[in-house]
Amino acid sequence: MSSSYRLGDLELHSRLIIGTGKYKSFEENRHALDASGAEMITVAVRRLDLSTRSAGSLLDWIPPDRFHILPNTAGCTTANEAVTTARLARELLDTKLVKLEVIGDPRTLFPDTTATLEAARILVADGFTVLPYITDDPVACMRLEEMGCAAVMPLGAPIGSGLGIRNPANIRIILESVSCPVIVDAGVGTASDAAIAMELGCTAVLMNSGIAGAKDPIKMAHAMKLAVEAGRAAYEAGRMPRRLHAQASSPEQGLIDLS
Amino acid sequence: MKYVLNGESHETPDPLSVLDLLSRFDLRSRRVAVAINAEVVPKSRFAEVYVRDGDKVEVIHAVGGGA
Repeated sequence: MSSSYRLGDLELHSRLIIGTGKYKSFEENRHALDASGAEMITVAVRRLDLSTRSAGSLLDWIPPDRFHILPNTAGCTTANEAVTTARLARELLDTKLVKLEVIGDPRTLFPDTTATLEAARILVADGFTVLPYITDDPVACMRLEEMGCAAVMPLGAPIGSGLGIRNPANIRIILESVSCPVIVDAGVGTASDAAIAMELGCTAVLMNSGIAGAKDPIKMAHAMKLAVEAGRAAYEAGRMPRRLHAQASSPEQGLIDLS
Repeated sequence: MKYVLNGESHETPDPLSVLDLLSRFDLRSRRVAVAINAEVVPKSRFAEVYVRDGDKVEVIHAVGGGA
């Protein structure tokens, strides 16, 4: 069993945080959540559709008393929108947590770093536990930590791309540059991507499409659980040094003369 | 009095608290949050905050989402 970690006031054991978007049904979503072992899940907040208001609710399937609900500000493109969305989510879900996202470009969904920093400053001052989605920019991560964010969440690759950890060197530099938890958010496409993030020393991995977009989301949720645990255990174990040349692992003395 | 609820125009002759509004649209039992003109209305004040002429009201809930 690997060690626990903290995000703000929370102590967490599972290092996998999963989203609740793109599932075929609330039921599939719930089964994937159970298979993942995740303790924290992200949700979005949106206008209630008044024409279909009798439809079931996500929170009927994913009860907030059993999971830590992490509302996001997905879709926001200004600091003001993100701040208001976070405050609405706090009122809705009775949580101080927010996954801060301020999108700078609709095509790439890369974050607007300036607006993210501005919103983070306001939300930290307002008592939120701020978990910001950000590019894999070590300086932006340092600034977010200085402002009092509870973690930094650099992307591994664009949201929904499944391209994996495109710049592990930057993730390593971020890990050296901040002392708060580093959570890779976005880009994980399959189990090995999650393991790589964890082997680098990240605190946790946050993903949605990597599970929901799999042919069998429930099986992939289980695969991601194992990958995150394996990657973390390998990080804690400390890997062997890489060598260019072979080094025999059987004794070279006492070889039998069979000529 | 005219107001906009989740993007749709509505009109009523009666004074309308946020609580009245939620009742009118059968939302009292739903877990929702409310903003008027981009300002959050705390749940504890639903009965005492009134919708005014021209207000833009947003009623939101949690939906599936990742990033």
